Amino acid sequence: MTQVNRLPHGGRVDSSKPLRFVFDGRPYEGYQGDTLASALLANGVVLVGRSFKYHRPRGILSAGAEEPNALIQLGQGNRSEPNLRATQIELYEGLVAESQNRWPSLTTDVGAVNSLFHRIFPSGFYYKTFMWPKTFWMKYEHFIRRMAGLGKCPTEPDPDRYDKLHAHADALIVGAGPAGLAAALAAGRAGARVILVDEQQEMGGSLLSDRQAVIDGVSAAQWVANALAELRAMPEVTLLPRTVAFGYYDHNLVSLMERVTDHLPPTSPEALNQPRQRLWRVRAKDVILATGAIERPMVYIDNDRPGCMLASAAQTYVNRYGAAPGKRAVIMTNNDTAYQVALDLVDAGVSVAAIVDARENAEGELVATARARGIEVLGNHAITRVGGKLAVREVEVRRLTGDGKSVSSDGRTITCDMVLSSGGWQPTVHLFSQARGKLKWNQDILAFVPDKLLPGQNNHSVGAARGAFALTDCLVDGFAAGTAAAHAAGHTEPAGSTPVAGAEPAHSPMREMWVMPSGKPLGHDGKHFVDYQNDVTAADVALAHREGYRSVEHLKRYTTMGMATDQGKTSNINALALMADLRGVAIPEVGTTTFRPPYTPVTIGAFAGIDKGDFLDPIRKTPLHSWHEQHGAPFETVGQWHRAWYYPKPGETMHDAVNREVKAVRTSVGIVDASTLGKIDIQGPDAAWFLNMVYTNAWSKLEPGRCRYGLMLGEDGMVMDDGVTSRIAENHFHMTTTTGGAARVMAWLEDWLQCEWTDKKVYLTSVTEQWAVIGISGPMSRKLLSEVAPDLPLDDQSFPHLSFRDGVVAGVKCRIFRITFTGEATYELNMAPSYAMHVWRALMQAGEKYGITPYGTEAMHVLRAEKGFIIVGQETDGTTTPQDLGMDWIVSKQKPDFLGKRSLQRSDTKRPDRKHLIGLLTEDPNEVLPEGAQIVAELKDKPPMEMIGHVTSSYYSPNCGRSIAMALVKNGRNRMGETLYMPYDGKVVKAKVTEPKFYDPEGARING
Amino acid sequence: MLLIPCPYCGKRDEHEFTYAREGHIARPTNGEQLTDAEWAQYLFMRKNPKGVHYERWMHAKGCRRYFNVARDTVTHEIYAVYEMGQPAPVIERENGR
Amino acid sequence: MVETYQRRSALAHLGLVARAASSSTAGAGVIMSEVPHRTIVNVRGTASDVAFSSAVQTATGLALPSAANTVSNGGVWQIVWLGPNEWWITGPDGEAESLIEALRANFAGQHAIACDVSESRAIIALKGAKARDVLMRGVSLDLHPRAFRVGQCAQTGLSRANVLLHLVDDTPTFEIYVLKSFSDYLWQWLEKVAADFNLAVEA
Repeated sequence: MTQVNRLPHGGRVDSSKPLRFVFDGRPYEGYQGDTLASALLANGVVLVGRSFKYHRPRGILSAGAEEPNALIQLGQGNRSEPNLRATQIELYEGLVAESQNRWPSLTTDVGAVNSLFHRIFPSGFYYKTFMWPKTFWMKYEHFIRRMAGLGKCPTEPDPDRYDKLHAHADALIVGAGPAGLAAALAAGRAGARVILVDEQQEMGGSLLSDRQAVIDGVSAAQWVANALAELRAMPEVTLLPRTVAFGYYDHNLVSLMERVTDHLPPTSPEALNQPRQRLWRVRAKDVILATGAIERPMVYIDNDRPGCMLASAAQTYVNRYGAAPGKRAVIMTNNDTAYQVALDLVDAGVSVAAIVDARENAEGELVATARARGIEVLGNHAITRVGGKLAVREVEVRRLTGDGKSVSSDGRTITCDMVLSSGGWQPTVHLFSQARGKLKWNQDILAFVPDKLLPGQNNHSVGAARGAFALTDCLVDGFAAGTAAAHAAGHTEPAGSTPVAGAEPAHSPMREMWVMPSGKPLGHDGKHFVDYQNDVTAADVALAHREGYRSVEHLKRYTTMGMATDQGKTSNINALALMADLRGVAIPEVGTTTFRPPYTPVTIGAFAGIDKGDFLDPIRKTPLHSWHEQHGAPFETVGQWHRAWYYPKPGETMHDAVNREVKAVRTSVGIVDASTLGKIDIQGPDAAWFLNMVYTNAWSKLEPGRCRYGLMLGEDGMVMDDGVTSRIAENHFHMTTTTGGAARVMAWLEDWLQCEWTDKKVYLTSVTEQWAVIGISGPMSRKLLSEVAPDLPLDDQSFPHLSFRDGVVAGVKCRIFRITFTGEATYELNMAPSYAMHVWRALMQAGEKYGITPYGTEAMHVLRAEKGFIIVGQETDGTTTPQDLGMDWIVSKQKPDFLGKRSLQRSDTKRPDRKHLIGLLTEDPNEVLPEGAQIVAELKDKPPMEMIGHVTSSYYSPNCGRSIAMALVKNGRNRMGETLYMPYDGKVVKAKVTEPKFYDPEGARING
Repeated sequence: MLLIPCPYCGKRDEHEFTYAREGHIARPTNGEQLTDAEWAQYLFMRKNPKGVHYERWMHAKGCRRYFNVARDTVTHEIYAVYEMGQPAPVIERENGR
Repeated sequence: MVETYQRRSALAHLGLVARAASSSTAGAGVIMSEVPHRTIVNVRGTASDVAFSSAVQTATGLALPSAANTVSNGGVWQIVWLGPNEWWITGPDGEAESLIEALRANFAGQHAIACDVSESRAIIALKGAKARDVLMRGVSLDLHPRAFRVGQCAQTGLSRANVLLHLVDDTPTFEIYVLKSFSDYLWQWLEKVAADFNLAVEA
């Protein structure tokens, strides 16, 4: 038996295109154009899930994004996705879906025992019960997580790809119902750049479910088709169906998620050839919010039985999908809109047993029409019982008494298989509210409507989104807003006239009725659900009130109302109103909830787009990168740079390779790619003055052609960066910075020049990448250089340490700096990156006879540590002064001012017992301390012990034949010779405090 | 994501900029004469207003110029951008904002 | 001096010339190529100072661009606006030294500087009907032809790299200047995005 509830006529589905799908292991058939929800209903499936806490059987409540119940696990394997709303899943051939939160099956669910114990599962239950005793929480949590869960995450990587882009528009129009289409026509005709989005597969919004409306003399469906055809022909109009505007951020930035292939079989070629979803970030001059309204369910007893549905949803299923949610309906309402639903159902051949109207005198045009069509109208009545467990079987209705707070003692039972309710309409103000617009309460429609915009945002709510529900209002509003947006952006071509709606029936006033009395106290013999997805009932709201959680924010957190994946789209107003009623205040006094992005859940994949794997963060490569790669070097990440770490020969471990590289530099010559060093060109008559201000030492007397090491402090006196700066000419310097600090130092220096010392004549240019840098270091470096640069005099007189010369190396113009980070004679060759590979190869070739050894960052670190040279960011941590490092020698006493100078005089920076940089030699010379190890002076059996510092650098030094380490230790310089302790990994390592210099402390080796 | 009008390049997304610090704090030229407390006032103490804040931004991905912004810390409304060295403009606001 | 064949452009390791030889541009939505070497001289000075602007004009035959985010083009040289007191003078490969010499001579007595940055940037040319579709995946600027016109330039972010974009013609052809260290990343990124728009590589 297939599609038992498919109507013989009507609907926009294509019955010539049947689609097979599987739900909970059973095969079904639907049609092209169906959602999973409409196809299930067409097949007579009303039970689709279990609720979160009580595991109550649940059916489909809505026909859209607001769906709280019908959460589905869609797809299989690595494409499986939890918590999707069946009402938004488009049917495709071969779709496989499963219900969630039930075990072992939907009809027999063990967790439903929670429902029997509901007295011990009220709101706040978890917080009250399981938090004591504290240590038991872990055990409880295990149980709770299993019982109260939603879908399952796939464990495999996502095989699909995602797209992400930026867009701009004069008008972004959200919602393609009557108001949105009218706005798009007006703005588009005027010549504006328009983006029109709608979350559904088909544009038209409520008009697609409307069989009565007439616009410009044609049916609603025809008008929609005409409008879309016209919009498609406009080059500056972009139509985005299947696209949800989920986030509205500062200064009119709106994020959209377009479902590009979600409606296709996931492994079909068409799906695989496109990104699955696309994230749009739209900066719009004006945003027109034509988002419509969401119907509220009525809060009557056991209003969650499968078959209980929003009245408008039933209308949509019948009119748009040709699927009847049941055979026989009882309609419960407090307003007129449900009457049109009843008429449409009857027209489609679905019987309506009765309309239960809470209003004392239900009268008016629509009521009269319903009566005339033979539909029984029970005015001033309420539903007081819903019979049936896995599906609605019957309802009991009773007459409301007095103020509507109670019911008559006698009731009447009506047989039905669905209960359609309408408690009125709440404009979809989510985006307006996300944009931090203020809402106000409208007592006529019993709903919040947009009020004041936040300054800096520019949007206009039109039609139902501002509470103007009549079709004519939607069209007029939308057209005017579209015209205004176009004009504001300077587009004034004629836009024609406003679309005109045919006559609409007048609506009678609503009755304010937030909870339907059942004749028993709330919570007895049934539940009045407010928030379906989080299982919050009217009794829970009353409990929150009794326990003092009375403001909306407290109510939310206490009951979890509105905090499920549907964010309370159908429940927030009912809960607020119930609380207002209990407190005896007006609804706005309870507050409104804060709407936050996203409107509906968004996949993480869409946020990432293609920026994952190697694109997660850019990899910066030096001009020599491919050489390092070809020679097997693993790379170390420094900032975004990839630097060669070491160059293992076949069979070598990292330890072997590093030891070999370190030894080669001390005994012969090593070669290193130092291109990543930051470099800043400094020019201007005040350049020397500027260096005197930003470095701790003096620069005025540095001669052109000479280099000097400098230490840079923050204004707080803490070490910020270091490097060698050279004087090119009287008013021209070349500064180097650390690799990681290059950008920060450039911004810091510009900050002072642009903001503080604006009268000083200095210009800075970053030249980090204008120069590639190749270092050759070791006793044979001079000899090697002399062979590749035969014209360059290299003796200590002509080219002393701490100077630079311009010369030609292997035919390439180079600037050669004689400076050292290893303690050996070192030449740093700077040249155009485009020739770096040539120079490197020439050096490798010429150096072969000396056993030239490429060395990576690890060997470089060992070499400098042997000499006790610091690395900013390793020996320093933002709380380290030059004195802490034992570098007083570089802090000028003569200069009147430099950045950080005054702070070095602060009482705290002057303290003699600060953490000092010291050396550590372990008792066992083969024990290499872990960097970061905590240091104690007084060892105890177990923590707590006073931690007096930590290891900053630690290596095995082949040149010292033992391990070496540096550390920052409280009062360290006064502990020379002391033994300190490092407890870690279940052992205690002893080490002796020394000067942080381990090799050639006199510096005799710099001349080779 | 704010849309910040760089005084030189025009309106650009916030991600092109870096926040520098509170504006209009001049570096004392007589640091040596200041007490620790006075120096700390310059070094550490910053306003944290609800409402207009005068602050400094840098167009890091663009012209790399520093400039001043008068921004509302509640609404993110940008009342004014102005070049370094110009005085802070007086911002008249509606009541209650 | 060294033979010029020893010189390597930033993207030489990608073998683009060989790829271009085996790739057809017919029907391509996007065509990418590397512009291997170009002189780029960074110039700083006071725009309103006539001595400075005429010093630049004497050296290049070109006036400084009068509007922000624009390029003045004189055939041999182009002047690219970078900021209120900063420009690039770009031109044929190998001319940086002589240009800087000329500029420095003209700048005598002024606070104005010239600095060679030719070697620091790679240039990727991206052209074709779908060039904007590629760029809008990484650039938050409005690149609509009415908003970003031929002759306009902008320093901005392209995906996670900082770039200077220059719209050279209405093909459209964009030239993207990027620090060489980011050029491999940026090329790969562009290529991945462009794969959806029928990409061809040109020499």
